[in-house]
Amino acid sequence: MSLDAATVRRVANLARLRLDETEVEKLRSELNGILGWIEQLQAVDTEGVEPMAGGSPVPVALPWRQDAVTDGGQADAILRNAPDREGEYFGVPKVVE
Amino acid sequence: MRPTDYTIAEGLRALDKREISSVELTQAYVEAIETHNPRLNAYITVTAQQALEEARASDARRAEGKSGALEGIPLGIKDLFCTAGTRTTAASRILGEFVPPYESSVSGNLRRDGAVFLGKLNLDEFAMGSANTTSAFGPVENPWSRANDPAKRLVPGGSSGGSAAAVAARLAMGATATDTGGSIRQPAAFCGVTGIKPTYGRCSRWGVVAFASSLDQAGPIARNVEDCAILLRSMSGFDPKDSTSADLPVPDFAAACGRSVKGLRIGVPAEYTMPGLAPEIDALWQQGLAWLKDAGAEIVPISLPHTKYALPTYYVVAPAEASSNLARYDGVRFGTRTAERDSDLRDLYERTRAAGFGAEVRRRIMIGTYVLSAGYYDAYYLKAQKVRALIARDFAEAWDKVDAIVTPATPSSAFPMDERQDDPVTMYLNDVFTVTANLAGLPGLAVPAGLDAQGLPLGLQVIGKAFDEETVFAVGAALERAANFTATPQVRA
Repeated sequence: MSLDAATVRRVANLARLRLDETEVEKLRSELNGILGWIEQLQAVDTEGVEPMAGGSPVPVALPWRQDAVTDGGQADAILRNAPDREGEYFGVPKVVE
Repeated sequence: MRPTDYTIAEGLRALDKREISSVELTQAYVEAIETHNPRLNAYITVTAQQALEEARASDARRAEGKSGALEGIPLGIKDLFCTAGTRTTAASRILGEFVPPYESSVSGNLRRDGAVFLGKLNLDEFAMGSANTTSAFGPVENPWSRANDPAKRLVPGGSSGGSAAAVAARLAMGATATDTGGSIRQPAAFCGVTGIKPTYGRCSRWGVVAFASSLDQAGPIARNVEDCAILLRSMSGFDPKDSTSADLPVPDFAAACGRSVKGLRIGVPAEYTMPGLAPEIDALWQQGLAWLKDAGAEIVPISLPHTKYALPTYYVVAPAEASSNLARYDGVRFGTRTAERDSDLRDLYERTRAAGFGAEVRRRIMIGTYVLSAGYYDAYYLKAQKVRALIARDFAEAWDKVDAIVTPATPSSAFPMDERQDDPVTMYLNDVFTVTANLAGLPGLAVPAGLDAQGLPLGLQVIGKAFDEETVFAVGAALERAANFTATPQVRA
């Protein structure tokens, strides 16, 4: 399976990465190299194998906690790194006409 | 003895006996950084004034008899750990001047125990790389060089290249690092220092900039096995803020370093003898096994049949998780924003991410997005997670026969900065011996064991059972005692 330029543009679009035309061709060739190498996984017999979920080497159940508010009221700390803000809100270009 | 000559264990004893103060220790490291960091570029941010203030506070605590387990020890922190009030970059342009309002749990644990932070250590951008050449803040240079070509600048390995180089050159007593596919063990081996990636879940991931969440683990890099054990004990522990952190007691890892390896069964996986493995690496591996046999261990041939699929599996799983984790960098809530006057929101996202991410990060986001996209999820991501289960099963079956596994840490010694940069897959092969432990979630330690013909360090790796870092430390310490590795790099304080 080999990626064409249109697929590279589509994936970049999904990933919200702006690409110029010279980058499309370079990425197409690099991604094909990597995907071609990954292709060897298809040779592994995985019939009846449960896919691994998470990274734990031992079976673990995710812990539960009380559904209680434990933190909050820190708008200023949260907004301090924002590139743009208006009052207690993040600033973005106009979204709704 | 010069202050920068102390190991952490020696430093703690010297501080206890008032032979040195934390201020004196910290001052020596601040001067070492001033002298050597301009060349090595191991630190992105140096917090010298803050470190000296922390050292003064630490000396005061010690005087009051309130010493923590790392009281007054100056450390470097990989710039992937959020540090409250100190810029955290992940070596990426996209985080800009991000100053976390909170402290990562691991660095917080070190602070709780009295450690002093010298600054933030360089790394590959978002920890994606094996040579520390993808940092937006420039590459790190390995403090070691080849005997026959001393002018050739070598890579320190990656992604924790700054951590390994700083410890090797004595610009920190020890350092935090992270390991997703080998990012602690490979640079430790390249720089002639020791590093351990503990079992997945041993250290909290909270406040560590995420790369691939099911693979990422924090761990220490230090000058020897015992120092790693001391640091790991402080870094470890259950954290309610990370639902994957293990609610298990943290053992006294340093005590395990003194355990005998007599009677331990050491596995040697046939599949790690790879075509093209350098004869020097193979010879060092055989030497390591002979040392363990002399110490009373039993050497047991084993098979890990899915080993050759580990790297391709990793290069599906890790980019997939990375593409999801890195979706948060959108130029809205933190970091840099790149936009034109008439940009709409989508254009803002696309320009911000194109300008903010480097080439390797963009490549991995593209791979990850592709393998998760509609129509490809089953063929790539699900398939890889099934092969990953088989790789984990290989280890589970091996633990019926052996107590630990010993392999080379890397397929080569440190290479020049201008090599292996053109083909991504060639660079990925650096992690061939280390990546399996991440996929299976197991602890792995790299310990320097010898020098190659060029005078560069080579390391061995010890892989252990889940949450059995103690056996890993025992075997690592036995290798360390036998190897008696005392060589030091050309550039050091």
